Amino acid sequence: MAQVQVKVLRYDPQRDAEPHHQDFTVEYVTATTILDTLVAIKEFQDGSLTFRRSCRQGICGSCPMRVNDRERLTCMTRVAEVIGDNGGELRIEPLANLPVLKDLAVDLKPFFDKYRAISPHIIHAATRELPEKEFRMSDERTTHLQQFGACIQCGACYSSCPIVATDDDYLGPAALAKAYRFANDPRDDGRTERLNLVGDEAGIWRCHTIFNCTEVCPKGVEPTYAIQQLKRMNVRKRLGFG
Amino acid sequence: MQHDILVIGAGLAGMRAAVRAAEIPKINVAVLSKVHPLRSHSGAAEGGINAALTPEDRWEDHAFDTVKGSDYIGDQDAIEFMCEEAPAEVYWLEHAGTLFNRDKAGDLDIRAFGGAVRPRTAFVHDITGHALLNTLYEQLTARGISVYEEWFVTRLIVEDGVCKGVVAWDVINGGLNVIQAKTVIMATGGNGRIYHGRTTNAWSCTGDGMSLAYQAGAPLGDMEFVQFHPTTLKSNGVLLTEANRGEGGYLRNALGERFMANYAPEKMELGPHDLVSRAETIEVLEGRGIDGCVLLDITHLGEAKIMHKLPSTRELCEAFLGIDPVHEPVPVRPGQHYTMGGIRTNRYAETEIHGLYAAGECACVSVHGANRLGANSLLDTLIFGRVAAERAAEYARSTAYQTFSDSWLTSEEERIKGYVGRTGGQKLATIRNEQGIAMAEGMGVFRTPERMQRALEKIKELQERVQQAPIDDKGAIFNTDLLGAVELENMLEQAEIICLGAIARKESRGAHSRLDFDKRDDENWMKHTLAYLGEGGPRLAYGPVTVTHYQPEERKY
Repeated sequence: MAQVQVKVLRYDPQRDAEPHHQDFTVEYVTATTILDTLVAIKEFQDGSLTFRRSCRQGICGSCPMRVNDRERLTCMTRVAEVIGDNGGELRIEPLANLPVLKDLAVDLKPFFDKYRAISPHIIHAATRELPEKEFRMSDERTTHLQQFGACIQCGACYSSCPIVATDDDYLGPAALAKAYRFANDPRDDGRTERLNLVGDEAGIWRCHTIFNCTEVCPKGVEPTYAIQQLKRMNVRKRLGFG
Repeated sequence: MQHDILVIGAGLAGMRAAVRAAEIPKINVAVLSKVHPLRSHSGAAEGGINAALTPEDRWEDHAFDTVKGSDYIGDQDAIEFMCEEAPAEVYWLEHAGTLFNRDKAGDLDIRAFGGAVRPRTAFVHDITGHALLNTLYEQLTARGISVYEEWFVTRLIVEDGVCKGVVAWDVINGGLNVIQAKTVIMATGGNGRIYHGRTTNAWSCTGDGMSLAYQAGAPLGDMEFVQFHPTTLKSNGVLLTEANRGEGGYLRNALGERFMANYAPEKMELGPHDLVSRAETIEVLEGRGIDGCVLLDITHLGEAKIMHKLPSTRELCEAFLGIDPVHEPVPVRPGQHYTMGGIRTNRYAETEIHGLYAAGECACVSVHGANRLGANSLLDTLIFGRVAAERAAEYARSTAYQTFSDSWLTSEEERIKGYVGRTGGQKLATIRNEQGIAMAEGMGVFRTPERMQRALEKIKELQERVQQAPIDDKGAIFNTDLLGAVELENMLEQAEIICLGAIARKESRGAHSRLDFDKRDDENWMKHTLAYLGEGGPRLAYGPVTVTHYQPEERKY
């Protein structure tokens, strides 16, 4: 069995003034994921190592981290694909742009505050009559919107975004992708409200189309595309084209 | 901290309960969950949600399929209620924004699922649970419902058969607190992690709510009925959805044969979970398996259909096996998937404790009986989550906040402190791994008296050993090491009840399949197992099954 050196950024607010790296050695095989190595450390080397994990199949969004300087969902990333054949080391750090609670676990409150800021729910006008059964809509439309609905709110994009890093007010890629998903849902009447919510300098206009979010997204959501579309929708609205 | 309704758990059942409660005037509701609501395991449900939506279908047929699937031990009043309510619930979700797949006319698309006479499963690709969980979280957020995020309940406060609140641990910041509640709704999910290494379930599925209710005096029902899903990955237990077969996939043995022809000639791959899991196990035992697995073959469905309707299957196979199922069959085997048993309730989600309700996988209503049909669990969470909220609100309005002794908090503080002081002993993970192996061997797809007895003895031994297992993390902040220790004790408690119920039940029914009693025995065993906390261990009792329209028949597919 091969071995890999794992360098983990540790921080315990009760003990440490500053975060520091700690080295561990872990055995791995082809199928071993980054999360598996953390679990192995916690279970048999140091039970105090703290990180979140749950589904271990890429759907709950608990375990994104920075691995060798890139945001990855650790349960879906194999050790071998990060370190390559030359047996390099693994460096595991918490998501950036969010306060660290302990070791690899961050406080997602700012991230979810921005989620809430875009009215992330279907809005029905008082005048809209709900159908007795389902709304009719095309499979193409639901499939397109579901690309953005597939977001697991893990925060990988938020960590990767250089605008988030420098501007505390910026809504960030995940919240804006969510706004796009609702603004294009034919069942939703909140389009104007939502375009206003995202249409200022803390919203879509702050995005510099750097594409980091799209690159690191573990679910293929493409927030950059959503943000560009929202810009276009906003311009059309302001010009009076709806 | 005071609430009319405190919901424990924020998966689909918990959030549906909270959202419904928030609509009821003068009801103060809060949710408490050990994980952020969107991390709940409901989100891992893949295939879909059942409802009789089409003109050809009838809810009565859905009910009959469910009763038959339950091997006639599901309670028929609850099943009929659930199936009749199902279409309205699916439309509620659709109106709330769920992006269900559509047919050519733009109506909800449906797919075939196991054990059903006709297709009735609405779906969102193969991430239906994720889609519904997000819809519910959106609704929770829209109503401004407060959530105790990453809090964990260590004890239910029950005095004289009345639930008065909980002792709860703020895991991130440390420290125990008392929350007063007129009613508590348990919605804490299943306990699949008892089968560590052989389960589809998330790390969080440790059945804590079942242990809490049991310790407080409520009985756990039918815990011996543990569902094994036929298509899970050997390496890590991850689920490949039944929708793979619903969309036309095959199961093959090492000879390339579609072996289900020998077990369920009519339904073939779409037999119910218990039957298909047994068939796979027999194929492997008789030498027609491949390294303990059979093959799930969807190669004939084509890339376009797989990418549209089964994208996660491809994602998971590529990530964990390095296999592309578009071109290559995938080795699968049965793995623990669902807990049919749980906190015993009636069809109104009421338990034997006043003010305590339960809904979703942690509950035993029982709509799944001895074997749950695929795509019925999402439905169960929503229908009974809603009902629990309505009942709890009614009760809360007629009662005042109850006082209770201060010793609830101090004794819990003492107890939890006790964990951190331990030295020596074996690692928690060692004990947990042994639990998983013992349960997979003794309480698996086929059971024998010897194997069940061995599992029980092992579990009792582990219950002793876990008392000495040391906690490395001595800190107060975000102590997940300590959390793991409490969860493991909860699981070992439930594991014993699973073993006792299974050893006592001298028949084969649904997922409980014994080689020494290979037939269903309605005369003696058409009854629910009830496990109560007794002096020095669980005490088993039995309760009647509610029959309305469907008399037991032989179960053929």
